[in-house]
Amino acid sequence: MKSDHKHVFVFAEQRDGILQPVAIELLGKARELADALQEEVYALLVGERVEPLAPECIARGADKVLVAEAPELATYTTEPYTQVLYRIVSEREPSIVLFGATTIGRDLAPRLSARLATGLTADCTALDVSPDGDLLMTRPAFGGNLMATILCKEHRPQMSTVRPGVARPHPRDPHRQGAVERVDARLDPSKFKVKVLQTLREEKTRVDIAAARVLVSGGRGMGNPSALNAIEELATALGGEVSSSRAVVDAGLLPRERQVGQTGKTVRPDIYIAAGISGAIQHLAGMEESGYIIAINKDKYAPIFQVADLGIVGDAARIVPLLAAKIRALRETKQ
Amino acid sequence: MNIIVCIKQVPDTTEIKLDPTTGTLLRDGVPSIMNPDDKGGLEIALRLKEQRGGQVTVLTMGPPQAEEILREALAMGVDRAILLSDRKFAGADTLATSNALAGALRTLPFDVVIAGRQAIDGDTAQVGPQVAEHLDLPQVTYAEEIARADDNCLTVRRAIEEGHQIVEVALPCLLTVSAGAVRPRYMSVRGVVEAHGREVERWNFDSISVDERRVGLKGSPTRVFKSFARGGRNAGTPREVDPGEAAEIIIERLQEKFIL
Repeated sequence: MKSDHKHVFVFAEQRDGILQPVAIELLGKARELADALQEEVYALLVGERVEPLAPECIARGADKVLVAEAPELATYTTEPYTQVLYRIVSEREPSIVLFGATTIGRDLAPRLSARLATGLTADCTALDVSPDGDLLMTRPAFGGNLMATILCKEHRPQMSTVRPGVARPHPRDPHRQGAVERVDARLDPSKFKVKVLQTLREEKTRVDIAAARVLVSGGRGMGNPSALNAIEELATALGGEVSSSRAVVDAGLLPRERQVGQTGKTVRPDIYIAAGISGAIQHLAGMEESGYIIAINKDKYAPIFQVADLGIVGDAARIVPLLAAKIRALRETKQ
Repeated sequence: MNIIVCIKQVPDTTEIKLDPTTGTLLRDGVPSIMNPDDKGGLEIALRLKEQRGGQVTVLTMGPPQAEEILREALAMGVDRAILLSDRKFAGADTLATSNALAGALRTLPFDVVIAGRQAIDGDTAQVGPQVAEHLDLPQVTYAEEIARADDNCLTVRRAIEEGHQIVEVALPCLLTVSAGAVRPRYMSVRGVVEAHGREVERWNFDSISVDERRVGLKGSPTRVFKSFARGGRNAGTPREVDPGEAAEIIIERLQEKFIL
């Protein structure tokens, strides 16, 4: 029975013992949903020696933390994690299970949903509770051209993956009370058919534009090295990061990790400055939740102006360097 | 080695435009293409065949016009093409789609199933892993290259957030591949000519092994409740000022927002 299913479960993704930012975002979102439903938030911590992460889960909104530990869970592979989650979910019958739309979440959640024979909605950008107590899962469709709200009315649990960066984390509350319960992993190794031979880390100078408070983003109108230098200077002057539209990345001027949009990253900075970006729907899908959007573009009919809080019709290649210089001068006189 | 590639015909979503006044989708004249990730998967399958011998089969579920992408696959060099088409499959979400595809795969011999990571019209990345689960196959998602193929296992390079992973997977297995990983070959002229004369097998619900309650709209746990155009902000008219004034206005706003 659907009404027997209660509580909001969050797969608290950790990698190498580090709780992922999306897990913290999801705990905050789960807290809101659980409060609306008058239910509890459970964090599911799976791995090897991950119990030390439990207090952080509680401080971020969990009422209970279920900890499943085993050496086979140290590095993520599909089958062991699916076994653990399948057992927990089928025994405890939650109403909702949330995953981050990360490589791991998008590998694990569909596998689990098929084992549970329930629905799964991918890459949600908004979650709400309907008047009937069902989960309203909203996601972009048709390459970000449309938004669709999905329901999973007759099946439980309702499952979704949520894009990193779209839910706001709740502030850490170290005084929050919660319970930690250890769960026996009880794995069946006869089904383990995938072995990780090697992990090649290629991060080094990698920055996470999704975590930046201020982003200065360059588009086709800034698609040459000297214009990008000006973007960089402005970002530095504002203590922010450089991001871009797909055109600039496709032209090989910036690495893929800097790309904002449906095929890039979803960002939600306090300030987003779009310089020379016309605002293709794919781009808007990744940045329109930003706190305050400033757009500079030559074309006064550019779609970017439809989402901007402040729109300037003009040549970004001229305005950006001027702006960077004025801000630097302003900072110097203040010191 | 028997390799089956699951492919899908999709509208080219990069070509979709919105009506600027009503905000509705303008779908007319949008070309249909083979989903890019699936095409990457097909290329990997053809390379695996070149290396190990065997047969490559493409399978698609869709309306009759999806035959177009099967012809394209034949021209690229696949051995067999199957179109799974039935009104009973219509309205399927990812789970119901995966049930139908798994039903078709159950009736075919294979060592490796390859699917695109995700389709550009849905972007869910769910069907591959769901098919793998129904068939009790190990899965490797985000695969970029088969580094080594033996009789009973593959060594696969896959993309993860931190960089890459090299994994070993026992056969039979399912891989999902992303488009950026490989450059798909073009159809050869001879391939195009030959593809014309070759048979596309037409399958329907009765051809496969699946419970009717688990496919199509009936077999779909999720439903679209509503869809809508993305809402804009009330930004007002953009300001046409000279660069100096523009910079001043922006600085003023940044100060209001306590960034400066």
